[in-house]
Amino acid sequence: MAIDRSRLPALGPEPRFTFPDIRRRQLANGLRILTVEHHAVPLVSFLALLPIGAASDPVARPGLAAITSDMLDEGSGELDAIELHDSLGRIGGHLDSEIGSDATILTLSSLARFADRGITLLADMIVRPRLHQSDFERVRELRLNRLVQLRDLAPALADRAFTERLYPDHPYGHQPIGTEPSLRAMELEEVGAFHRSMFTPSRLTLVASGDASHAELAALVERAFGDWSPGSATQVPVDPSTLPTPAPPRERLAVLHRAGAAQSELRIGHVSVSRATPDYHALLVLNMVLGGQFVSRINMNLREDKGYTYGARTSFEFRRGPGPFVLNASVQSDATVDAVLESLSELRAIRGDRPVTRGELEMGRAALTRGYPRNFETAEQISRAAAQLALYGLPDDYFSTFVPKVLAVDEAAVTRVAAQHIDPGRLLTLIVGDRDKMGSRLEQLDLGVASQIAPA
Amino acid sequence: MNITYTQHRLANGLDVLIHEDHGCPIVAVNVWYHVGSKNEVPGRTGFAHLFEHLMFEGSQHYDRGFFQPLQEAGASLNGSTNADRTNYWEVVPTNALELALWMESDRMGYLLPALTDAKFENQREVVLNERRQNYENRPYGFAGMALAAALYAPDHPYHWATIGGADDIRAARLDDVKAFFQTYYRPRNASLALAGDVDTDTVLALATDYFGPIEGGDEPPAVVFTPPAAIGAEMRLSLEDRVELPRLYLAWHSPALFASDDAELDLVGEVLGSGKTSRLYRTLVYEQRMATEIAASQNSREIGGYFQIVATAAPGRTLAELERAIVQVLGTLTDSGPTAPEMERCQAQAEANFMYRLQTVGGFGGKGDQLNAYNIYVGNPGFFETDLARYRKVTPEGMQRASREWLRRDARVALSVVPRGQAAAALEGSQPVSVA
Repeated sequence: MAIDRSRLPALGPEPRFTFPDIRRRQLANGLRILTVEHHAVPLVSFLALLPIGAASDPVARPGLAAITSDMLDEGSGELDAIELHDSLGRIGGHLDSEIGSDATILTLSSLARFADRGITLLADMIVRPRLHQSDFERVRELRLNRLVQLRDLAPALADRAFTERLYPDHPYGHQPIGTEPSLRAMELEEVGAFHRSMFTPSRLTLVASGDASHAELAALVERAFGDWSPGSATQVPVDPSTLPTPAPPRERLAVLHRAGAAQSELRIGHVSVSRATPDYHALLVLNMVLGGQFVSRINMNLREDKGYTYGARTSFEFRRGPGPFVLNASVQSDATVDAVLESLSELRAIRGDRPVTRGELEMGRAALTRGYPRNFETAEQISRAAAQLALYGLPDDYFSTFVPKVLAVDEAAVTRVAAQHIDPGRLLTLIVGDRDKMGSRLEQLDLGVASQIAPA
Repeated sequence: MNITYTQHRLANGLDVLIHEDHGCPIVAVNVWYHVGSKNEVPGRTGFAHLFEHLMFEGSQHYDRGFFQPLQEAGASLNGSTNADRTNYWEVVPTNALELALWMESDRMGYLLPALTDAKFENQREVVLNERRQNYENRPYGFAGMALAAALYAPDHPYHWATIGGADDIRAARLDDVKAFFQTYYRPRNASLALAGDVDTDTVLALATDYFGPIEGGDEPPAVVFTPPAAIGAEMRLSLEDRVELPRLYLAWHSPALFASDDAELDLVGEVLGSGKTSRLYRTLVYEQRMATEIAASQNSREIGGYFQIVATAAPGRTLAELERAIVQVLGTLTDSGPTAPEMERCQAQAEANFMYRLQTVGGFGGKGDQLNAYNIYVGNPGFFETDLARYRKVTPEGMQRASREWLRRDARVALSVVPRGQAAAALEGSQPVSVA
């Protein structure tokens, strides 16, 4: 067959995709189990979701939730930290723990033939962590050292300063790792109390997926977690969905000076909506057009047209409470002001002056819907998707309604949510870079006097 | 773990590898060109990577960027360059396979007519910004360049980093792009893997239609190099950087990918640096708390490898202390080899890591990429079992012998990266180096 290079080939009919069958069970102690069969490779993956994260840190103890999750693999049950990791190593285990504002997630993958040992070790960590003083002191020291190292990392400096300004006196206003004074003042007993009151079976969702049957996976989880006492929760975690939206910062421009920095790290944004917004799907489409993928407006402008940066992105960070909308980019120092001007101009334009076109709309929708099955290829991907259902309280048919809901978004909806959820008057522009290379040009931004951020 | 595949060589020399996996209605398209920064010449470093960028800027029959039609079809796509090869991949819904083949074959066959000065200059700026972001503005970002420059003589193809020197990137010319394309971006020098929910006969016919008409080209010139001279006496270097904590890098020449002792040293890296039970973590971080983090790895490449140990000093601790502790830990391994539990652990980890890589059909890693890697490096796409067997065959004695032979104190480069203005924090006798 001779190839016709005068036009691109048409897409064939959309392939049928059946979402993985997710089965649910609940143990007598309240723990919820989701199971997913996945037989492609001889691996299993267990994901434990606790819908409690850094937003539940006590006001005076930023970093408590994170250090608590970090202590879980420092010895548990009969094993000290070294023995525990020796056991993990012998099953080819890969342990990962993540903490965000709203949730703590532990994942343990291993070779399928060691699934029983894997889930037992994970249960030991979650239910019976040792929490020894010497381990606590070592882990705290490592976290303090990490804080020291983050002072050199421009993206970390920018994220922290941005978060603090967007969420003053708010549970979302600190990084999960916390602060030096808080970590120094922390006592092991606080970690123990946090663990006892927050880690309860009725709050935990365990997603088991991989090369085993539903029944086998559920039985593994039940054997490991079945005798976990329901306990009595003495502390009520923060419910992020009830958190207020903080007032916008008074300043509109803030600069953290780093002499000689090779680039300027930019964050432009404001507090936006929560995951529960009815505009969720329209905002996803908007973001695809604006800055969510390579061909989005922001990246095509700042990178492909101007060459100011290696890449620029926007995102609505959906959380249970009102999360941030943010544009981020690392741009060459002498183009800082121009890059900010272009960014602000794009953020304004999509609200109405240069609304989304039919082509852009179709492009954005198609990228989301046609690519959707890719998110369900591996056991761990499926586990993570299932965990989202539990974290955000999404309905069982969430995956199968995603595509029709995205396809129902039209131009008017995108323009409406852009106008409603991107507010140029509230945007904070934050720059971590060499102020001397920007000089008086900062005034061209017309954002008032730049507030100077002292290095942490 | 048996990955079934079929292999066909088109008349123009292009290898087509096909693997069926019907788990998800997607297909991975993965193209390797056997060219990387080791094919560059001094003064023009960074060129292979800059060229990779240009491959995304449009080709003769579709000159509006490479991303647009593919992202609109639901693809995820990217590319990467290292010292040995350049790869390009798309993961597409099965109904967009033909589109991906059209696009990949158009840039393989017809890139140059669409290339302009404006595109070239734009991407040169983008690459300079990539370099600023990932190296110049990143703590310890120059360490890899300093080590490569020390391990390999200036005319050795691994002397420079793939990102290249900033001045070299600025010196690149559009004419160089044309010559580079004609030399290296030919079917004869490439390998195409298709992995996913496809029918082998159907996609082979498609691949033949799309790629078959492209002229095969000549065999590119071989990479000429002199194996690096053995490091006869320890080389101590220091680099000042915008960092808070000093960090020590120890590096040795080591075997090339798949060469004898490569797997042994891979597992030595596991035993020394992987997880909290590893010897270096346990001693330096867990027990003595002199380091905030450690890492150990065998980095094997096509014409040679390097083994590396990295340790960052905890506040108040010195690189000299770290160096002594590392030497002692290494000594215990070279003196008596790994223990039985260590063997069990590192072999289970090697097997699991192997499986983790094969969970996806494509992307960075995944089955398509691995088929091409085996095809390009050993001429056998079905090398999976042989590769895994290398690790199963490793013995404690083999690891002990390999570490004794390769990780000698007098055969290493010791690079101290220290906070600006604190030259004295480097190991004693270090020569300052500068990286631009």
